[in-house]
Amino acid sequence: MNETLSKILGGKQGAIGLAILAAFIMIVLPLGLDPFRLGLIGKYLTYAFVAVSLVLLWGNGGILSLGQGIFFGLGGYGMAMFLKLEASDPVSTAIQSTPGIPDFMDWNQLTALPWFWEPFKSLPLTILAILVVPTIFAFLIGYAMFKRRVGGVYFAIITQAIALILSILIVGQQGYTGGVNGITDLKTLLGWDIRSDSAKYVLYYVNAGLLIACILLSRYVLSSKFGMLLLAMRDKEERVRFSGYDVSNFKIFIFCLAAMISAIGGAMFTLQVGFMSPTFIGIVPSIEMVIFAAVGGRMSLIGAVYGTLLVNFGKTMFSETYPELWLFLMGGLFIAVVMFFPNGIAGIYEKYAKKVPFLRKLSEETPKAKKAEAIPAAPVETKEAGVKA
Amino acid sequence: MFEYSMAEIGNIVVMQAFSGLSLFSVLLLMALGLAIIFGQMGVINMAHGEFMAIGAYTTVFLSRVAETYGIVNYYFLFAIVAAFIIAFIIGYIIEFALIRHLYKRPLDTLLATWGLSLVMQQIFRSTFGAKEVSAVLPEWLMGSFQPTPDIDIPINGVFVLALALVVTAGVYIFMFRSRWGLRVRATVQNRVMAGAVGINTKKVDRVTFALGCGIAGVAGAAFTTIASTGPTTGSLYIVDSFMVVVFGGAASILGTIASAFGIAQAQSILQFFMTSSMGKVATLMVIVGILMMRPEGLFASKVRK
Repeated sequence: MNETLSKILGGKQGAIGLAILAAFIMIVLPLGLDPFRLGLIGKYLTYAFVAVSLVLLWGNGGILSLGQGIFFGLGGYGMAMFLKLEASDPVSTAIQSTPGIPDFMDWNQLTALPWFWEPFKSLPLTILAILVVPTIFAFLIGYAMFKRRVGGVYFAIITQAIALILSILIVGQQGYTGGVNGITDLKTLLGWDIRSDSAKYVLYYVNAGLLIACILLSRYVLSSKFGMLLLAMRDKEERVRFSGYDVSNFKIFIFCLAAMISAIGGAMFTLQVGFMSPTFIGIVPSIEMVIFAAVGGRMSLIGAVYGTLLVNFGKTMFSETYPELWLFLMGGLFIAVVMFFPNGIAGIYEKYAKKVPFLRKLSEETPKAKKAEAIPAAPVETKEAGVKA
Repeated sequence: MFEYSMAEIGNIVVMQAFSGLSLFSVLLLMALGLAIIFGQMGVINMAHGEFMAIGAYTTVFLSRVAETYGIVNYYFLFAIVAAFIIAFIIGYIIEFALIRHLYKRPLDTLLATWGLSLVMQQIFRSTFGAKEVSAVLPEWLMGSFQPTPDIDIPINGVFVLALALVVTAGVYIFMFRSRWGLRVRATVQNRVMAGAVGINTKKVDRVTFALGCGIAGVAGAAFTTIASTGPTTGSLYIVDSFMVVVFGGAASILGTIASAFGIAQAQSILQFFMTSSMGKVATLMVIVGILMMRPEGLFASKVRK
């Protein structure tokens, strides 16, 4: 048990890094910012779920998905559908020609709730759907592609096309999905007003707690043998395959896990921001989320959170004052990160932290660094690993 | 769809098919450039749509110049060449400054070129304004001819189609019938050996990339005859063009033509009978579905990887 715990925390250095992050988002930011700014940070932290999922998928697995917005959106829409149904009770929608259905359905001459909205009347089913629907969708995509050994740029392009399809579909089917405006006017969760300041604080902490939990889960996955295999697959896929591992199963698993983490972020987004729209699904948001992870450091779970905060903070700052400059900066950021800082903030930290004596001592004590050198590839373990995936 | 008589449906299909041909021409020109860059070099150029926009803006700019001198009837052929040359030169510079450092990291190239596309879009917006602009077309490109009273075929569509076919033939000759194409193919197949027999592989990369960009510029010039150009015009076509290349089977010119044709026709005909967004969704879904069954595309090159 103790060993598991130390694995999850990532040794002394990992635990300290995580503690600093937790203190930063849970104590420093709430104390230092007014509720409005904190709401913005809460929104950014929901993107950080996607960035964390991309660290798993892209940094460690070498699979670049340009469609993480799909899963973020599915999670967000799941939550939004539940909240919308709660907001459209027959009393408050009495002026509609069909009371009791969401307003946009009424505007589009729908007279009954579509069947796929029915499960979202219940909160447990909604939470289940938020976790399961994106995972199943990811499984289907992953199964179809990884089993046929499609990877690399092809995978990126096809996930991008799927993100495009989904966003056009949602915009096009206005009566069922709310169209380009998305699902708006979300007010209460089981009668609890989510727009009040106190609710915003509660949701912020729930969000931060879930984010830390997802990072811990990801740490656990990465520190297990599976994590080692993931790295090995990224660097020498053929060799892993020839050692007797079924590479595609590992890829499907990590893709599903990444989808689920992104979906949690999407659901928290809806709760905190109060709406969900197709603009968070399409090509542009999906690829922007990749840059969050890249800026933070594609190999660093904690770095991904800082990267997300930094890029979004910059975006808000610049688009308020110099909207023209922002696209230049964003574009420049893509180019600069790829060309000069492939490991992002975490990479810069790694490089320069070693010059500080105290920090160097810490990193030398990390057990993970030693372990990474020995990659187990004994054929006896194959069966066990296959079952795990 | 039942309120039309059979003859009317026939006419609609012909006209939609023809508007599909215009889309086919633009997609084909875009995809040819991509097929060269992606299929031959394995580089994902997300800024390809912006190279098309460069061609389009060049044409618009030249049409304004031509208008002031009253030579609107003659400038267009010159504009096509200028669009090619300008996009070629910019592509050459980009390859030198950016792409050549990233050949070993294709996924990173994708991100870097996406960043490049953002920068280029903003440059267009700052230079030409956020509004869509359109070129003044020469008279001989306007109007339409009517083989029967109910069918209306616009001349600019015919012109774009002809241009696309000429460029395709040109690319074919360049790639498979010229010394340059031989060098390009040799470099793709075995870089080390190609270098050993005296081919300057770095130069080949640069020219190949620039050529792909130049063809995108021609696509832009063709695009101005059928629609107006805005800063984000290129990004609207980028996913479609990638789907054309992947669907056709990268590195196969025949596959690119076939899939551009299929995708353009499917979109254009479905858009009439469904809403325009659903037509696009249906087309893309079918392509993604087929690609999941057959990831190597329609016309895969029979090379062991």
